[in-house]
Amino acid sequence: MALLTPALGLLFWMLVVFLLLVFILRTYAWKPIIGGLKEREHEIQSALDLAERTRSEMAKLQADNEKLLAEANAARDRIIREARDASDRMIAEAKEKATLEGQKVIESARKAIQDEQYAAVSKMKVEVAKLSLEIAEQVLRRELSDKASQEKLIAELASSARLN
Amino acid sequence: MFSSIRRILSVALAATIFISSSLVAQHDEGAHGKKGVEGEINQKEHAIDQNLKENEEEFNIGQMIMHHISDSHEWEFAHGMVLPLPVILYSADRGLEVFSSSNFHNEHHEYNGYHLVHGDSEQIVPVDESRTVYDFSITKNVASMLLSAVILVLIFGSVAKAYNNRKGKAPKGFQSAMEVIILFIRDEVVKPNIGPAYEKYLPYMLTLFFFILVNNLLGLLPGAANVTGNIAVTMTLAVLTFIIVHLNANKHYYLHLFKPTGVPVALLPIMIPVEIVGVFMKPFSLMVRLFANMTAGHIILLSLFGLIFIFKSLAIAPVISLFALFMNAIEIMVAFIQAFIFTLLSSMYIGSAIEDNHEPDHGH
Repeated sequence: MALLTPALGLLFWMLVVFLLLVFILRTYAWKPIIGGLKEREHEIQSALDLAERTRSEMAKLQADNEKLLAEANAARDRIIREARDASDRMIAEAKEKATLEGQKVIESARKAIQDEQYAAVSKMKVEVAKLSLEIAEQVLRRELSDKASQEKLIAELASSARLN
Repeated sequence: MFSSIRRILSVALAATIFISSSLVAQHDEGAHGKKGVEGEINQKEHAIDQNLKENEEEFNIGQMIMHHISDSHEWEFAHGMVLPLPVILYSADRGLEVFSSSNFHNEHHEYNGYHLVHGDSEQIVPVDESRTVYDFSITKNVASMLLSAVILVLIFGSVAKAYNNRKGKAPKGFQSAMEVIILFIRDEVVKPNIGPAYEKYLPYMLTLFFFILVNNLLGLLPGAANVTGNIAVTMTLAVLTFIIVHLNANKHYYLHLFKPTGVPVALLPIMIPVEIVGVFMKPFSLMVRLFANMTAGHIILLSLFGLIFIFKSLAIAPVISLFALFMNAIEIMVAFIQAFIFTLLSSMYIGSAIEDNHEPDHGH
């Protein structure tokens, strides 16, 4: 049957054309195409690798940052605590000192007051003596003239002397 | 309704009878041998003339189909639109002869001592029967094949240029359309079946796939040749695969042929012939599969269109056209599938022959 008998001419041309096609396409088409595809795949792979590497580096960096932050926080807390302690201490010291100082002042004031009092009392004693002397002098002087007026004068003098 | 079915059946029966009777006639003709070739030719010519005259009134679907699926020395795009192709003949006494096939357009289809015989397929026969002549003509199939080769070179030349010009950039336009197919062939067909040494065979596999695909698709165009539905073409492809397999096969492969492991010695006289037949069955199945699929598709489409002329009814034409459209869509699918299968099986055969720890594939 003609349909199932291969024709010699067609076999020949088919072989020639197909082999030529294989060689032409291999050199001018498949080589650059497959090469380009491979190169691109390689590039994509390396880009992916780089991304992976960068991500792990980022993770490491983040961990470092967190550690640093924690350390900084701890340092800050410590410093604040120390400062507070110091200020507390200073306040307490100052208070103590102030109390001491106050007591000293009060003490000295009390002493001064006492001294003044003594001075005033001694002075008053002198004054009272002087006054009594004066009164006695006056009384003595009046006694000589009028008894009634003498009594009156004594009462007068006594009332005025009471104030001192 | 019933009558129309009966009519279709009777037409189909008539077509079958015609095809088979013409086959029988073809067969008988071989038995006659070379004696009286001239007389036979004249007789044939007469019969053809007679047929042509009859065709004026009666449409012969079998002849129409055979005419369309077989090779020809001229390219008939439509009735009356004929591109004459060069005839190249070689004979021991006359050497190389080249002339246009339009020279056969005469009363007796005769030129320069050669006859163009229109049978199921065309044949150039010397008038002097003692001479032998080898026909290397650029036939319709060869011309179509050359066209497809040019198309392939242009397409992949431009794609390769795109790869060179756009190095390191994303693919664009037609380049990315082709890239999908190339990557599919590489990653889904060639790489898994051939194995790590696939790169050596990749250019052949890609060419094989795209050559079959383009020829399958070109063959679906109206007036085109039936290249991949021609046994010579599929035979060449299958034989090339066969040669590649056996040039690259390792010793495991050959050892398995003659000394299959795990087979009792008593079975060896049976197993060795089976293995050897298997070796030849693989390319044979490749050859027949592609040929039969493409030819069958063409015959179905042509039969559908033939129905319009058999019924001679305008009302049936839209129905047939719709059905033919559907068949055409299926044929486009078949064009891809057959190209894919040929490539897939070729890579499987190569893969099983170069595999390291053997156990060649027994699939067919």
